[in-house]
Amino acid sequence: MRRAALGLAVVLLAGWSLAPAVWQLLTAFKPDDQITRVPTIYLPDPPTTGHFSRLWARKPLAVYLANSLEISASATVLAVFVASLAAAALSRSTAAFRNRILLGLLFLALFPPILLLFPLYEGVRALGWINHPLGLVLPYAALNLPLAVWILESGFRQIPREVDEAAQLDGLGLIARVVRVQAPLAAPSVVTAAILVFIFCWNEFMLALTFMTRDTAKTVTAGIASIGGASIYEIPWGQLSAAVLLATAPLVLLVLAFERRITAGLTRGAVKG
Amino acid sequence: MSAARGRLLLLAPAALLIGVVVGLPVLRVLQLSFTRVELQQGISEQWAGLELYGRLWQDSRYWTSLGNTSVFTGASVALETALGVAFALVLHQRFRGRGALRAVVLLPWALPTAVMALAWAWIFNDAFGVANDALRRLGVLEHPVAWLGESATAMAVLVLADMWKTTPFVALVVLAGLQGIPESALEAARIDGLTSWQRFRFVVLPLLTPALLVAVVFRAVQAYGAFDLVYVMTGGGPGGSTETVSLYSFQQYFRYLDFGYGSAVATQGVLFALLPLLLLLRWAQRGEVR
Repeated sequence: MRRAALGLAVVLLAGWSLAPAVWQLLTAFKPDDQITRVPTIYLPDPPTTGHFSRLWARKPLAVYLANSLEISASATVLAVFVASLAAAALSRSTAAFRNRILLGLLFLALFPPILLLFPLYEGVRALGWINHPLGLVLPYAALNLPLAVWILESGFRQIPREVDEAAQLDGLGLIARVVRVQAPLAAPSVVTAAILVFIFCWNEFMLALTFMTRDTAKTVTAGIASIGGASIYEIPWGQLSAAVLLATAPLVLLVLAFERRITAGLTRGAVKG
Repeated sequence: MSAARGRLLLLAPAALLIGVVVGLPVLRVLQLSFTRVELQQGISEQWAGLELYGRLWQDSRYWTSLGNTSVFTGASVALETALGVAFALVLHQRFRGRGALRAVVLLPWALPTAVMALAWAWIFNDAFGVANDALRRLGVLEHPVAWLGESATAMAVLVLADMWKTTPFVALVVLAGLQGIPESALEAARIDGLTSWQRFRFVVLPLLTPALLVAVVFRAVQAYGAFDLVYVMTGGGPGGSTETVSLYSFQQYFRYLDFGYGSAVATQGVLFALLPLLLLLRWAQRGEVR
């Protein structure tokens, strides 16, 4: 009885979590005449890859994906580097100072981005960075910095102080000590922070939509979401589903590979004070 | 160089980055909300005092967006908290394949909201959507529903899509809280003869409250800023019935090019509305430190 209830619950959980994605998968491989059939045909028969090739010809998807990769990876490296320096300092500060800074960062991280959108747009435009990767890299790095500091600080605090002193005696400079000694010792936190920041950058929409106006400068999230939007009725649903799959596939792989690290990072901010 | 000075130097890049990308823009948006910006022959900015805030007061579209945002936030946070606790209770059980299920449950959280909004729009498509087909096969619906074409159902679909995306976050936070509850407390309750519901209600839930409170405030602030889902799925429609404050501000900026008023909407509707919530978070965190 108890086992049956648990089994049912597991099936419901998995079904709820997967159903919308599975429906995209089925639609993406379904021939057009089966997509628009009523009542609905559930399984593609036979499956077709035509939507992918037509979508590929219609939209610069490889460029979108490359842009997303470049921007997200650069922002992640920058955020994790700057956050590592800050985390190293905070992990050796007094508890009162550390908590004040961490709470302040949390406070900043929570504000909805619409508040910053227009001033950032003015700044990016003034610098000539509209359609330039830097226009997103710097904001992304800064907006994800609080999260990265939160995750890294708890890892850095585990490192014994003797390690700092030994590194200092070895003649390593301030930054070298963090990058070459402390960060490797806190590697799990570094990986966690990097994965979370990368996911947030990949998924960001509002700034990408506003700052990247040329089609070849767009990230995959903004590029694909704007295939729909206003012109949603002109795009065949099969191609749209194929696009959704392409934009989400890298994230599915990340989750499958790093579920434990992601969970650890997500709960770090919320559960520990 | 003293250790304290070294620490300050290490904090400097982070402070600079946040100062430039967050600090200055917040000041600028506040300033703009008191400014009349005109676009004839270049941009001219004039101090407008509280004029734009006065305009907000009389702008029914603004109040509608504030109401929509509140309904969306209240409904999605309440529902995903309840669902998240249920998920966590299942994931806390011991069974084969628990690790795999955790990865599966986490998946919706990691997928881009703006892209999945397209997926939801397709699922709830009026003519060919699978939602209508499934509900008709189950006998729940007699006729297909134009989900995104009616105010109430459009809002319900948005809330559902938001729940799907963010329940994993609540579930994982609650799960971490559950794992922190000492086995001895549950054992004692069992010996005292409490039923499993009583154990949940009087032992587990009180111990979960701090984690739950933090998760709820986190989610409430995020839901309040909702933009991606609404922009892609409904564009604020039908008839402005799902327009959130973020979307309205965005429209003022980039559709009507009213930079001052867009800033007033963002400042009043987001900054001032959220400060109380954030103070609540601070209070919740403090409660936990004790």
